[in-house]
Amino acid sequence: MNLAHLAPLAVLLPILGAALAFTLIRHPRAQRAVSVTVLSLTLTLESLLLASSWDGGTTAVRLGAWFPPFGIVMVVDAFSSLMLVVSSAVSLCVLIYASAQGASESGYDGPVSIFHPSYLILIAGVSNAFLSGDLFNLYVGFEILLTASYVLMTLGGTEQRIRAGVTYVVVSVVSSLLFLIAIAMIYASTGTVNMADLAGKLAQLDPGIQTLLHVMLLVAFGIKAAVFPLSFWLPDSYPTAPAPVTAVFAGLLTKVGVYAMVRTETLLFPGDTLNQPLMIVALLTMVVGILGAVAQNDIKRLLSFTLVSHIGYMVFGLALGSAAGLGAAVFYVAHHITIQTSLFLVAGLIELRAGSSSLDRLGGLGKLSPLLAVLFFVPAMNLAGIPPFSGFLGKLGLLQAGVAQGTGLAMVLVVGGVLASLLTLLAIARVWNRAFWRTTDDAEDPAPELLATGAAARRLMPRGMVAPTAALVVFGVALTVFAGPLFGVADRSAAQMLNRDAYIHAVLGQQAVVPAVPGAPAAEGGAR
Amino acid sequence: MSAETGLSANMTLLLIMGVLYACGIYLLLERSLTRVTLGLMLLANATNLLILVTGGYAGLAPLFTKGTDPKDYNDPLPQALILTSIVISFAVTAFMLGIIYRTWILGRQDVIADDTEDRKVANTPSFDAEDDAPIPDETTEFPLGSGADGRGDAHDGGMADDGAAAAAVVPSSDAVPSKGAGGVVAPPEGGSRGVDGGRA
Repeated sequence: MNLAHLAPLAVLLPILGAALAFTLIRHPRAQRAVSVTVLSLTLTLESLLLASSWDGGTTAVRLGAWFPPFGIVMVVDAFSSLMLVVSSAVSLCVLIYASAQGASESGYDGPVSIFHPSYLILIAGVSNAFLSGDLFNLYVGFEILLTASYVLMTLGGTEQRIRAGVTYVVVSVVSSLLFLIAIAMIYASTGTVNMADLAGKLAQLDPGIQTLLHVMLLVAFGIKAAVFPLSFWLPDSYPTAPAPVTAVFAGLLTKVGVYAMVRTETLLFPGDTLNQPLMIVALLTMVVGILGAVAQNDIKRLLSFTLVSHIGYMVFGLALGSAAGLGAAVFYVAHHITIQTSLFLVAGLIELRAGSSSLDRLGGLGKLSPLLAVLFFVPAMNLAGIPPFSGFLGKLGLLQAGVAQGTGLAMVLVVGGVLASLLTLLAIARVWNRAFWRTTDDAEDPAPELLATGAAARRLMPRGMVAPTAALVVFGVALTVFAGPLFGVADRSAAQMLNRDAYIHAVLGQQAVVPAVPGAPAAEGGAR
Repeated sequence: MSAETGLSANMTLLLIMGVLYACGIYLLLERSLTRVTLGLMLLANATNLLILVTGGYAGLAPLFTKGTDPKDYNDPLPQALILTSIVISFAVTAFMLGIIYRTWILGRQDVIADDTEDRKVANTPSFDAEDDAPIPDETTEFPLGSGADGRGDAHDGGMADDGAAAAAVVPSSDAVPSKGAGGVVAPPEGGSRGVDGGRA
């Protein structure tokens, strides 16, 4: 229990590390050591947090000992600590990968010295968003991670990245403004921004106002999570960034949006209010996203579209509103963070080895680099949901929950989910056929790197980059092996989120009746 | 309880907010980066005004003095929120200005360019030369029967011939007469006829 009170360190450590890395900007080696150490420490700490909340314990940490409706709280429960651990493990692998890339090629394309501080701040923002028990603090978390991501997105300042960066920045700022407007509206109508407090107070509002606030929050988070009609920015901006940056964005940033959607749906606006529209949106996200992927000719763009499509699965589980659906969605988020990141890292390796990620320029990689082929094949099959991988288990859980729901719309979603899964397999098989299986001679326009042999070819695959990728692939397989306990904790966290008691009691004290509010000093709560 | 206090918003502030939002959205839809940045700034300020309005009625600064009625104080929280949001929009504006400067350095313009890869995908015909080509009757690479070896050789030989011809072009273009292609006795005039002979 006491251990969870260290939660603020998950935000503080990366920020301090970023400051230290920033002062060491002229010493790349020391900088690398600092950021890897800090992130390892954070990961260790977060593992302890997860251990403390594994059985469903929920702890609220009052920052500065201010009492909850007024002060900021951080809430450690099973869902938030699971997200923290998975995201930190993934980002540590990406950091090592990026360090090796920076070490091997100090060229135009590699991460520059500003990479490490920005990266650590990004992690701090992600941790803050996951831990936040306060709507405005959630907004601040989003802004921290977004501002760091602007820098990472335009690293190097090439023409392509600036173009993509502008789209990304403008879309992100607009979504943040929408979120801020929603916060202002919520504060105007309830007089609080504490999420546990809101859980009680929002329920007392007029249903029309409730729907308005609910939709505004969902739209703001939907842009960040890249849910279908709001997803067009993602495939446009992600592929141009450096490979490790794309990988960590694909793994973490959209999932933070999904996390916020889950909290909105379970804590702030529980019950079956907007579940039907969400289901339709989930269906469209799954199908439209994957249709985009099938049309692509570049691995990174293709993977970006599969990312959009698979966000649909998470929204699907969330929209079902049942404990089974939500549990499967939580499991799917953890699985997808790992798998999507490892695929993007492999795409980066392919780009290094073959000089391009365009399918027209690839061929024969299966023979040229069997290791690369294995590293691609395992997460790719996992993404497509081939048994026995975790992708299969997650999808199975979602489909079962959908069938258990039994309504017509849920059945349509089940069919859509299967279809999207098959189309993912098609898209992935296309990459496999063209990049790995066909001979090098068949490549339309092979880059000189593809034809390199011997020592020159080995130099194209630095061990420092292959090792973290392999570690992440193994981590993905471990999610499959330990799927039982993982599904257990996902189900527990889902039941906990739907129940809300633990969360509200942890934040507002045991005497708080859900959804009633403890006696607040009159100056604040009562007046408005 | 809030008929005269809580819900009475300042109409002037609301009007200014509306105008800022309208202008901000208009500018945001432009293609010029400078205008987009200005639009973002206007939108951020409009939102700040909105938060200010949510604070309710005006009142005393929230510094505690004994004996003051709590309702006389202003609500400090929205102001703290505005302060945070000002800092954030400051960072975003600074970053956008950096981007504008960079686009100016790179291209002497500040408009948003199209995504070329996107255009390429959009212009791809629905017919894919590799995926949609008619499948030949004989799909196996190891056909059964007597013709197997011959067929395989013919295929490989064809490739080899191309290679040889291509290789032959290179030395012959150096116009060294004695290196005429193939076994053909090359006339001393030059390589070009020798290559022809080699192909024939």
